[in-house]
Amino acid sequence: MTAVSALWQAALVLGGGTLLALVYKGFDRKLAARMQGRIGPPIRQPFLDLGKLLVKETVVPRTAVRWVFNLMPFLALVAAGTVLLYLPVGPFAPVLSGYGDVIVVLYLLALPAIAMALGGFASGSPYGVVGAQRELVMLMSYEFPLAVVVVALAWRVAELGAGPAFSLATLAGNPLWAQVGPLGVLGLALLLVALLVVTPAELSKIPFDIPEAETEIAGGLVVEYSGVNLALFYLADAIKTVAMAALVVALFIPYGIAGPLGIGGIGGQILDVAFFFLKVFAVIFAAVTTVRVAFARLKVDQIARGFWIPLTAVALAGLLLLVLDKAVVG
Amino acid sequence: MRELEKTFQVPIGPVHPALKEPIRFTFQVEGERIVGVDIKPGFAHRGIEFMGTKRNLIQVLYLSERICGICSISHPIALTQAVENAAGIEVPPRAQYIRVIVSELERIHSHLLWAGVAAHELGFDTLLHLTWKVREKVMDILEEITGNRVDYAIPIFGGVRRDITPEQYPQVQDMLRYYRGLFEELAERFLRDASVEARTRDVGVLTPEEAEALSAVGPTARASGLRKDVRQDWPYLVYGDLGIKAITPEDYGTETRGDVYDRVIVRLLEVAQSMDIIERCLEDMPAGEITSIPKVPALLAQLKKAEGEGIGRHEAPRGEVIHYIRLEAGKEEPVVWKVKAPTYSNLMSWVPMFRDQEIADIPIIAASIDPCMCCMDRVHLVRAGRDELVWKEKLLALSREKTKRIQSRVTASGPRVTALSPRSADHGGEA
Repeated sequence: MTAVSALWQAALVLGGGTLLALVYKGFDRKLAARMQGRIGPPIRQPFLDLGKLLVKETVVPRTAVRWVFNLMPFLALVAAGTVLLYLPVGPFAPVLSGYGDVIVVLYLLALPAIAMALGGFASGSPYGVVGAQRELVMLMSYEFPLAVVVVALAWRVAELGAGPAFSLATLAGNPLWAQVGPLGVLGLALLLVALLVVTPAELSKIPFDIPEAETEIAGGLVVEYSGVNLALFYLADAIKTVAMAALVVALFIPYGIAGPLGIGGIGGQILDVAFFFLKVFAVIFAAVTTVRVAFARLKVDQIARGFWIPLTAVALAGLLLLVLDKAVVG
Repeated sequence: MRELEKTFQVPIGPVHPALKEPIRFTFQVEGERIVGVDIKPGFAHRGIEFMGTKRNLIQVLYLSERICGICSISHPIALTQAVENAAGIEVPPRAQYIRVIVSELERIHSHLLWAGVAAHELGFDTLLHLTWKVREKVMDILEEITGNRVDYAIPIFGGVRRDITPEQYPQVQDMLRYYRGLFEELAERFLRDASVEARTRDVGVLTPEEAEALSAVGPTARASGLRKDVRQDWPYLVYGDLGIKAITPEDYGTETRGDVYDRVIVRLLEVAQSMDIIERCLEDMPAGEITSIPKVPALLAQLKKAEGEGIGRHEAPRGEVIHYIRLEAGKEEPVVWKVKAPTYSNLMSWVPMFRDQEIADIPIIAASIDPCMCCMDRVHLVRAGRDELVWKEKLLALSREKTKRIQSRVTASGPRVTALSPRSADHGGEA
């Protein structure tokens, strides 16, 4: 792969990913509204919101640490965008495959959250500080179950000897469901549940939207952000949603439909990419949209307790079942 | 992580998404835990009582409706009773029934409105939209009966301004059926939803002793187990015939804990209770006049001749509302008009409720007493362009001074008015 073609691919993935992220956000808002008995905004509303924010004044509070405050939205967007480059798009390997693996993805996914927390601390607002503390507590709560899920899958794939263990291309290329016995399928199901529960937390959506919690801390860590800075956070959030869903797809449902249908060539690739988009949307709909209309916001201690004990237990049980399955099946 | 250890201040309000009306809380917070709170009301003070003393009584009636949009029947009901009391005007039975029906309709809409707001404070917007959607039914009925969704303009001194026609009976009964059918679903969504329970159980506890000591009223007091309801304790209009019992969480079959969850229970049960009252009223309501003095000029003339003072009290959706009025012969406008809204009595309940709770609980605890700032704000001290606070001692001294002034005036002009006793002046000082 030459540098020029890599650049083209990266531009395509980033541009397409951003577009898709905003379209999905529009669908998410519309569907949530319909489930709540509202009409909801038009699908293009996220584009309008973004356009509006970009022309608004960008205010920096006098009490803020200016350079940190201004830097963090960029950092969040860059980190979220970079994740896209590490994820396989349907039949295509990640643009940056070979330059990092799923561990890098985990760190990159944590970066926007850390950036937002630092931005919150730097904003000099008590709401921002409370929001930032909550964001960090959340980060510490969901990172462990998330890591358990990823490590369990990577270990099982490594046992297959199919390629570099932690590479996302290898993980996506070797769906485990057919490779393991009944115990292993149960284990994988548990890991999938754990990952789907982590998803809304990773994305700070209800019931885990405590870092922003509009009615409690008025937007929390983004309370002082406006204009371009807020637009960048908005975009980072949309892209991170797609990236997180694409990660779930790559880890658990990396199947194409072109192969089984017997369609080859360019047509098959287009079909597979379309199917990939559909899967990503299905994950967003299941783990974000329906969840955020079905629950009340939880409190930080309830979330921390829930993630540290029950959810970690579920993830560890999944890991254990995979190990047992390996011992039985061989 | 030094931030987590030291106490810092979190100001909430006067403008904040958790507050529907302006008030300022200053919380002392350790991490997420609240260790202290200071409450400063007074941002919605409009000088309504003063305005009232510059208008004739019929104008005051409409003004009283505008004290609060949600309790827009409660204030007029309390005011008409106070004036009727002072001027000795009788109210025909049918008018009393109509007043009761409209005020119970208001209770239904107010409690549903509150339930939606509470759901929103919990971040449960789906429940907010569901509740407000079903609330439209009672709003439609209010509009059908009174002509307005808000500010119904129904009571007038000596009766009511509009009758409920026989064609409207089936519509009201249809509404009752609609809500009876929905009640189970609402109870399911609010009382048996795990995430709502996780956010409201044992949150914002007000013990019965504290509720008693702080003179809490309305659902706030009843949720703490006090069987306290003006309709039961001091029956007025036709409430005495309707056999009203104050509702506490025990009526739902759970033990009283005095938390936010209990306040949800009480309000939902009161919606059901109001439906029963309306149904009973429709059955019992006798035919007849709807007002004893139909002609407004005649009414004004009679009110102008009236002399004396009167008190009207009513169980508003938020608790007891009291209006005090003093009329002097030859004056169209009241000499004194004093309004005490339920939120004024419930305000101090916030202090024990917030103790040792988390920042995340602030919105739902603040909303749990169903505060109404514009009803409550009666005074705001500003001197030389700056806010001023007056402490208990100063208030007491001011009250005594005023009592002396009134007493001297009373003794000078004969035993015309029953002066405010020093006892009530003391009471004013404690507030």
